[in-house]
Amino acid sequence: MSKEPETTNILVVGIGGQGVMTASEILSQAAISLGLDVKKTEVAGMAQRGGVVTSHVRFGTRVLSPVIAPGDADIIVGFEPAEALRWVTHLKPGGVAMVNVNRLVPPVVSLGLFDYPDDPIAEMRKAGIEVFDFDAGAIARELGDLRMVNTIMMGAIADRLPFPAETLKEIIVERFRAKKEELAELNAKAFEAGRQATASVGNTQKSTETAA
Amino acid sequence: MHAVVKAAAETRHLLSGNEAVARAVWEAGVKLATAYPGTPSTEILENIAFYPDLRAQWSVNEKVSLEVAIGASVVGARAFCAMKHVGMNVASDALMSQTLAGVGGGLVIAIADDVGLSSSQNEQDSRFWGRFGHLPILEPADSQEAYEMTKRAFEISEEFCTPVILRMTTRICHVKTLVTVGERVERPATGFVSDPGQWVLVPTTAKKRLPWQLDREGRMTAFSEMTDLNVEEDGSDDRVGFITSGPAYMHVRESFPDAPVFKLGFSHPLPKERLRAFAAKVGKVVVVEETEPLMEMELLAAGIHVHGKDILPRLHELTPNVLVPAVKGLLGEKVEAEPPQAAAVFPRPPTMCVGCPHLPVYYCLSRLHRQTLISGDIGCYTLGAGHPWNALDTTTCMGASITMAQGMALAKGEADEKKSVVAVIGDSTFLHMGVNGLLDLTYNKGNVTLMLLDNSATGMTGGQDHAGSGRDIHGDEAPRVDFAKLCEAVGIKKERIRVVNAYELPTLYKTIKEETAIDEPSVILTGQPCVLIDSFHKSPPLKVIDEACTGCANCLNVGCPAIHVTRRETEVRKNGKEVEKAWVTIETAACTGCDFCPQTCGPNAIVPVGDVATVM
Repeated sequence: MSKEPETTNILVVGIGGQGVMTASEILSQAAISLGLDVKKTEVAGMAQRGGVVTSHVRFGTRVLSPVIAPGDADIIVGFEPAEALRWVTHLKPGGVAMVNVNRLVPPVVSLGLFDYPDDPIAEMRKAGIEVFDFDAGAIARELGDLRMVNTIMMGAIADRLPFPAETLKEIIVERFRAKKEELAELNAKAFEAGRQATASVGNTQKSTETAA
Repeated sequence: MHAVVKAAAETRHLLSGNEAVARAVWEAGVKLATAYPGTPSTEILENIAFYPDLRAQWSVNEKVSLEVAIGASVVGARAFCAMKHVGMNVASDALMSQTLAGVGGGLVIAIADDVGLSSSQNEQDSRFWGRFGHLPILEPADSQEAYEMTKRAFEISEEFCTPVILRMTTRICHVKTLVTVGERVERPATGFVSDPGQWVLVPTTAKKRLPWQLDREGRMTAFSEMTDLNVEEDGSDDRVGFITSGPAYMHVRESFPDAPVFKLGFSHPLPKERLRAFAAKVGKVVVVEETEPLMEMELLAAGIHVHGKDILPRLHELTPNVLVPAVKGLLGEKVEAEPPQAAAVFPRPPTMCVGCPHLPVYYCLSRLHRQTLISGDIGCYTLGAGHPWNALDTTTCMGASITMAQGMALAKGEADEKKSVVAVIGDSTFLHMGVNGLLDLTYNKGNVTLMLLDNSATGMTGGQDHAGSGRDIHGDEAPRVDFAKLCEAVGIKKERIRVVNAYELPTLYKTIKEETAIDEPSVILTGQPCVLIDSFHKSPPLKVIDEACTGCANCLNVGCPAIHVTRRETEVRKNGKEVEKAWVTIETAACTGCDFCPQTCGPNAIVPVGDVATVM
């Protein structure tokens, strides 16, 4: 059945504590600054305890249901490769996934009760998904601050959004400027680093096998 | 603090339903707002606490919180109370009588139903309370409506002299949508009006008020028939018309943009005549409500032919991917195969945090589980039911660890004869409803060992303060209950109250062994803070010396998420027995240096990061 055709659906996925909800808040603010209607929702009841977090961001002229139905997401922003794989069925045909390759292994895997997928990125590609994979953790370490991962992720998807990358960048920089001037500069740098990381990777990038 | 606290009237903000309700409570001139934390309602009171000109406070439980709010209403002030769905089970004693007395100042109760169970022990439909208590139910569909309906709810409460329930769900509480805000209108308390015939509910009074209550329900029904909170929306495709309320309305509109819809904002009492007229105008009628078929049953009983739970699930959210195939099926249209919700990847259940003070407790309890029955409670420590500990036998509701343990201890038969009974409860839950249970235990001479895990926070809901943390909702100093003295006061012998440091493995283990062996009730009190609260401080992190690690994997039984496996091997022993070995590493950046896991390491391979050079 039909829906508001111009609604953009972004699914941000990861694990409690990674900054998934902050990322979707920033995306929402960017859409609002352009005069769009926005809905943002997450299922994160006990997320602070290392569980799965999925945040749905929808924006357009008028957004009704806050939930992105399976098969309806334009973009998946994956803070963790197995989590991106878990939600890949939410992508619409032709959708893209931007994935940080840093693996977070939960205790149930450490205990040997379940296996971590050998190569989640390759599995997503096998399913026909266009995947942009990059190591946000490594970029953050280069910049000297692991907390930059969130902004790097935002930079990584900035050129795939239906609005200029600069809009998103401005929202992030202003958000940090309110806290500290140095943070604004560092985040601007992180944003550009994320942008470059995905501008230079194609869909045939090497997989995550070597990612720590 | 959210920027909206200082926002000027007529400005627009992206607010969660909880933030929107908080703003509306402030604007409505409320004088006192109370709550006990509970997902998904917690942020309502947390946000109210940021506003000036009104008092916000955490109560020890939902019944207490509602009664405090009722008191404020009785003296003519507007009062507000928020809780999660199961909270009303606790508070309902107050609700079911106060609805008969009515209100002084407007009294609004926000109840947040966890539809889909993101963090609850059951899925309840709080709209039943409207039917049960003969009081109105308002159901917002997004944050703007949550904001507007909260303000309307106070007017309705005062107009009809009734408590009003604002029924939220997770998809209202935790969804952010744009809200245009207004400004606060002061509403001073109008003063207590002495009237024993209203406020003193003895049988003679209550008998006289029952007909008044039914009359009130009749007047509210008339209101429901005419209010703009209930809206009929025309549609060009009248094969199916939808009757819906709450967030389900948004899912209906998304799925069937051309269908006629009757949206109920004031969903109890139902405007049956308007709905009868609506039903007559469309082909088929489908009632879309989360979660129980309440409106559906009432409409069917009124002779209005509707579909509902005959084609829709009675559980969880009614999202577009659920609605579309069901309605297509009803219309005899072809239903396409639905894409799967999620791909098959290992589960990632919530688990305890790195360095959590509950980890050592469950490390010990899992080792003693064969000799014990372990009765659990509601909080982070409920996670002890998961891997690797698997050390909880029961969890039912707030405070039930102690009381159910008493029942187990008193009635256990031959099969459990050699098992001692342990109850596990946290500080906030103990103060919520556990104290009564402990008093009952000592009075009735039950034998239970209570593990009272005091981490100075209501942990699972985000570390809120409480009567045992020494701080109020604003973080200011507050009287702090002395747990050891409290246990003594309700009858636990002083020598049976054992205060131990959770991170000291031998002492903790030995204490549990001793107390479970003794034939009288005892309390083992740990006092190490939650690792997520401000007063927690990390110690220098730890590291595994790879050459010293023997792969015994004992440290994995701690269940700390900072311990990761680097490689596995299967070793065949001389007797032919196969042993799984796993070598580990510790994620230094995450480690809190709690120093517990080194005590589980035979070869002493876990050392402070700074010591590595000297050891090597």
